[in-house]
Amino acid sequence: MAPMPDQSEMEVLVAGRDWKAAGYGVALATVVKTWGSSPRPAGSHLVVRDDGSFLGSVSGGCVEGAVVEEALGVMKAGVPKVLEFGITHEEAWAVGLACGGTVHIFVEPLQ
Amino acid sequence: MKAETLEAILADIGRKRPVVLATDLDSGAQRLLHGGDGETEAERADVARALRVDICVTTDGDSGPQIFYQPFNPPLRLIVVGAVHIAQPLSAIATLAGYEVTIVDPRESFAAAERFPGVTLSLEWPDAALESIGLDQRCAVVTLTHDPKLDDPALQVALRSEAFFIGCLGSRKTHAARLRRLSKAGFADADLERVHGPVGLPIGSRSPAEIAVSVVAQVTQALRKP
Repeated sequence: MAPMPDQSEMEVLVAGRDWKAAGYGVALATVVKTWGSSPRPAGSHLVVRDDGSFLGSVSGGCVEGAVVEEALGVMKAGVPKVLEFGITHEEAWAVGLACGGTVHIFVEPLQ
Repeated sequence: MKAETLEAILADIGRKRPVVLATDLDSGAQRLLHGGDGETEAERADVARALRVDICVTTDGDSGPQIFYQPFNPPLRLIVVGAVHIAQPLSAIATLAGYEVTIVDPRESFAAAERFPGVTLSLEWPDAALESIGLDQRCAVVTLTHDPKLDDPALQVALRSEAFFIGCLGSRKTHAARLRRLSKAGFADADLERVHGPVGLPIGSRSPAEIAVSVVAQVTQALRKP
């Protein structure tokens, strides 16, 4: 039995490095702040490649699609930004998450 | 993030050196800070807290830029001294909680690999074993043998380390005698206060597995609510 936590975060960072080294455009998204109940704690990572592939999780599935879109824009612009998502009760119900959370996600290009 | 910053973080993780990534959320500028680093006293405190409690810290940004401090800590480790019955559920539960577990017992019949599948075993004498493991602030040490000639050498090494948790199985009477021995060996009262004994939160545990739950709960409390 291997220890579970943190392993996947490490894998996400390694993937980011390897994708960059292989010549892809890469952006890293990090949960920097959460309010209320949110599925992923601050420090959780999602790494995005310029072909739309991604690894990791910043919300357990709720906002990943939007983050990937924003990440592609950040890669092009070369400038980081902070995204803010409120998880409404209705959306939370739809994807099976706890209600009422808000997350701030920092998205930066890997340069 | 610059590619070389990511490379440096991964290198620190690889060599088990705790590091904090400080990100200015307005400009995106980043710095890597190690224990004791920081531009101000407040920043050094934020870095220390992020490392110690293993959580991200964000400054409020009222008096300057908003800074996000993210710790990258080495893995949590639990060193169990005594390959006794309780060590079996303890190593299983601690592994689930995210610890790399090493069981130390120089008695070969106790520290038999078939009793502890998947766990690292050390047959060295406990003080030598703990010296070679190299205890750091992400380590917890729990002694289970009740035998002073095995427990005490381990405790002496643990007390000279930065281990965040030190605990000993045994009755209150046994524990009082243990503290007297450590005191005679030259340890100060402040050192002795670091030793949790009898180890485990008082939840009325009876079976070995329940005792293991109470021990992991107390270790968790020491880690997350110091």
